[in-house]
Amino acid sequence: MIERKDVEHVARLARLALSAAEIEKMREQLNGILAYIEKLNALATDDVEPTSHAVPMVNVMRDDAPGPCLPRDEALANAPDRAGEFFRVPRIIED
Amino acid sequence: MTWEVVIGLEVHAELTTRTKMFCGCPTTFGASPNTQTCPICLGMPGTLPVINRRAIEFGVRTALAFNCRINTACRFARKHYYYPDMPKNFQISQYEEPLAEDGWLEIDVQGGTKRIGIQRLHMEEDVGKLIHDGTLETAPSSRVDFNRAGVPLMETVSKPELRSPEEAAAYLRAFRSVLMYLGVCDGNMEEGSMRCDANISLRRPGATELGTKVEIKNLNSFRNAQRALEFEVKRQAQALEAGEKIVQETRLFDADKGYTRSMRSKEYAHDYRYFPEPDLVPLKLEGAFVDGIRAALPELARAQQQRFVAQYGLPAYDAGILTQSRALAGYYEAAVSALAPGGSTASPASAKAVANWIMSELLRVVPGDDERAIAESPVPPAHLAGLIALIDDGTISGKIAKDVFEKMVRSREDARTIVQREGLTQVADTGAIAAIVDQVIAANPKAIADFKAGKTAAAKSLVGQVMKATQGKANPAIVNTLIEEKLAKV
Amino acid sequence: MTDPTRLTAHELTDAFRSGAATPSAVTEAYLGRIAKLDGKVRAYLTVTDGRARAAAAASDARYRAGKPLGPLDGVPISYKDVLSTRGVKTTCGSRILESWVPPFDATVVTRLAAAGVVPLGKSNMDEFAMGSSTEHSAFQLTANPWDLARVPGGSSGGPAAAVAGDLAAISLGTDTGGSIRQPGAFCGIVGMKPTYGRVSRYGLVAFASSLDQIGPFAKDVRDAALVLRAIAGVDPADATSVDVPVPDYAASLGEGMRGLRVGVLEYDTAGMDPDVQRAVTAAIDVLKGLGATTQAVTLPTADHGLAAYYIIAPAEASSNLARYDGVKYGLRALGKDLIDMESRTRAAGFGAEVKRRIMLGTYALSSGYYDAYYGKAQKVRTLIRRDFDAAFEHVDVIVGPTTPGVAFKHGEKEDPLAMYLNDVFTVPANLSGNPGISVPCGFSTSGLPIGLHLVGRAFDEATILRVAYAYEQATTWRTRRPELA
Repeated sequence: MIERKDVEHVARLARLALSAAEIEKMREQLNGILAYIEKLNALATDDVEPTSHAVPMVNVMRDDAPGPCLPRDEALANAPDRAGEFFRVPRIIED
Repeated sequence: MTWEVVIGLEVHAELTTRTKMFCGCPTTFGASPNTQTCPICLGMPGTLPVINRRAIEFGVRTALAFNCRINTACRFARKHYYYPDMPKNFQISQYEEPLAEDGWLEIDVQGGTKRIGIQRLHMEEDVGKLIHDGTLETAPSSRVDFNRAGVPLMETVSKPELRSPEEAAAYLRAFRSVLMYLGVCDGNMEEGSMRCDANISLRRPGATELGTKVEIKNLNSFRNAQRALEFEVKRQAQALEAGEKIVQETRLFDADKGYTRSMRSKEYAHDYRYFPEPDLVPLKLEGAFVDGIRAALPELARAQQQRFVAQYGLPAYDAGILTQSRALAGYYEAAVSALAPGGSTASPASAKAVANWIMSELLRVVPGDDERAIAESPVPPAHLAGLIALIDDGTISGKIAKDVFEKMVRSREDARTIVQREGLTQVADTGAIAAIVDQVIAANPKAIADFKAGKTAAAKSLVGQVMKATQGKANPAIVNTLIEEKLAKV
Repeated sequence: MTDPTRLTAHELTDAFRSGAATPSAVTEAYLGRIAKLDGKVRAYLTVTDGRARAAAAASDARYRAGKPLGPLDGVPISYKDVLSTRGVKTTCGSRILESWVPPFDATVVTRLAAAGVVPLGKSNMDEFAMGSSTEHSAFQLTANPWDLARVPGGSSGGPAAAVAGDLAAISLGTDTGGSIRQPGAFCGIVGMKPTYGRVSRYGLVAFASSLDQIGPFAKDVRDAALVLRAIAGVDPADATSVDVPVPDYAASLGEGMRGLRVGVLEYDTAGMDPDVQRAVTAAIDVLKGLGATTQAVTLPTADHGLAAYYIIAPAEASSNLARYDGVKYGLRALGKDLIDMESRTRAAGFGAEVKRRIMLGTYALSSGYYDAYYGKAQKVRTLIRRDFDAAFEHVDVIVGPTTPGVAFKHGEKEDPLAMYLNDVFTVPANLSGNPGISVPCGFSTSGLPIGLHLVGRAFDEATILRVAYAYEQATTWRTRRPELA
């Protein structure tokens, strides 16, 4: 069972500010979904290779050939905040 | 009390591919901010990465040079953490299936060499650059430049087999030499092309368990790496001797103040949530791909140094200096072979003469580890060989040759052109020299008197005067003989 | 002529070639209908009338010169708003991308532009394609043209409703767990998810990268075949796109059912709408009547597909959506420092369902849980692939219901898990990568459309299109249309 502190920890990892009520609701819903997911444990998978995706391919690579860059103004066009030639972010405090 | 020092190094090297790891943006250092980006390396919604084949080739090349096992199943994974210099808030890196594992690198230690194990080598993408408006702690805001985001990075992790800060510095030097010889990294630590983190712990000699390790970040030069580790050895030894426990933490080296300081310990709360990168398919590195890279591996510095000693009869010291870069070694060999007519072998004397000229003159003008500067040297190898040939055949004296070299540096002309234009050819005409010798003897009765009184040094002064009178062009051997003859007669 | 918005794409291009209609006239008819009726359906988030008119005029000229670009030249299309369009807002139905204007086109958009289509606009969806009703759009509820009180399905509810409501001739959606096929079934049109790797994902804003695939909505199977041909094929910008030849799907549609072996999916009927069961059973009889042999097929692990899906998709989503942090583009909320800004931005920018899946996915990948959740789900995925591989040793196509029920009312499914169960039949093909198509196979007693789900071998879209076409031509369901006006 997921507890409140687990929800808070995951919310921090996921950078989601949740209210106390949201955390409680999230806890209930996640527990419900995880209980449903528990059914996977009925399957024996010890010797089964995982499938990352359905494409049976290897070694897809490209040549080291330059392509076009975005003009700076296009790169920054959608930025919520910019400082001249740069993107700007608020004060960084390590977590 | 004595302690055994245990150090492991993680080196991040930016690869000198033309384009980024997963997109076609150029990797040029120093471009105007946010001009070398595209939707992919900016992590824009809907974009997808595609692996740069050359970056993988460079990784395999390096792994082979480090005697690693290339993993036939190699895969990229996403490493998650939030930081504003990382556009997707995950880094495409490698986790459980790195490109290569289990190799070694030979380093110079006091009294010989030592093999340091390489644990793993993997590929990833670099992050952008943050510019703090003030220090990180006080900046009200920071600016982000994503030019560097996505540049191919190769991370190589050594085994904890380094036993002193000096060994760590030797490892970094050897590491850098290999990368530069392979042509996969420019080795420029100031520009951040090579960055190093260290893990260091202390234990009692003979102990089998490792002590608590501390990670030190931000070691941006060989010197700083050694200084930081030396500081840390002292700090940990003092702590242990005072009965304190070492805290497992990350410390930052402050190069200005010369000490390491703790970063916040919450750093350890990282939970990277790795999982296989679903936008990329696995790499199966084997067969012709790897064989081709193996076959094209260049001779590395250590092998070349040994060969120079054996082949050219050079002292190990000289060979070491000449193999500080592949370009310099190449320069040396080109000059030596230019001195040997028609594919014959150069004499040990001329091989040594070339080494001397490079070490004493060329390296004053051109940095020996700067591949481009050497390639563009104002005095190319053939010109240096031409200069030495003029000394060998008596056309100019060694002294004049040094002036000629300076002129060659300025004008980029070959030696013969300068010597001919400026009339610097050595005078080997015995009659002409004899006349000057007579004048000098006549003008220096005191020197003759001194010589007769047994002061043989007086002869040297006369030789010097003759050289001066001929502006250094007289053949010194002829001058010596003539002076001796004349003095014997007076 | 009849109202051109009723016509299929191939009927339209026939008319363009014969001169009976022009792309501009048809485009005006569509724009007029959108202006008049989209207020009821709310399929569109953005209508690109200027671009549409310009593309139509260019197409007019090509037809006048006798040089159309191909079988889709001049056909009005709608794009799900998860497909990047250069210079046109691409919101993914989310507040966090409300103002996002991509500087590039998705590969499918580029390819269809090269085929001469007329882009009518961007259509509504569940936020970041997470949902089965389009109710999770941050912007508007889309109505099912058959009953405006009901959902069009999701997550591609906008593009499905646009085609069903004659607000576009064709459209593109995306399908991660059923998001094309389920709204196709709910809206009574053809909806197809190609094989994973068949269509480039470049420019598709990722939900779950290993499952997402782009595919067409169409008024009939031939149109779906034409659109698939135009968008399929390897793309150097998508390392997971596969270099398998793209056949002329439309050319082989008429090859009929003879010799084909149809696998009839055995499924748990608990909770099933009996109307759906009856319609599917009847459809299988039609296929038999067309000369197919049938045999029962079981996919023993498929029951677990939904559980595996609800680990894999949220895990990948939690990663793909990490980039929305208020730094480079999109919404930014105010915060006292960087982390506070990012956390508030994401809290304000994402809706409840997206947050739920980010939380679920982050949890499933977090330290100590990887093997139990993501690792386990990837292994189950292998088992599901094996189930399909085993079945396709004996049959050429697997047939069953697309959904357990018909379109439900807005607000009817509040419980997330109840909503997720909508995908129970469609999810296995996303996990295995196989192609699937939903084709209309009747109506419920309440008059709502029902979809027949066909799954084929990897990269064998031709066979399921051929079966769907044979079935479609043998029935008259497609002649029944919703009346909006």
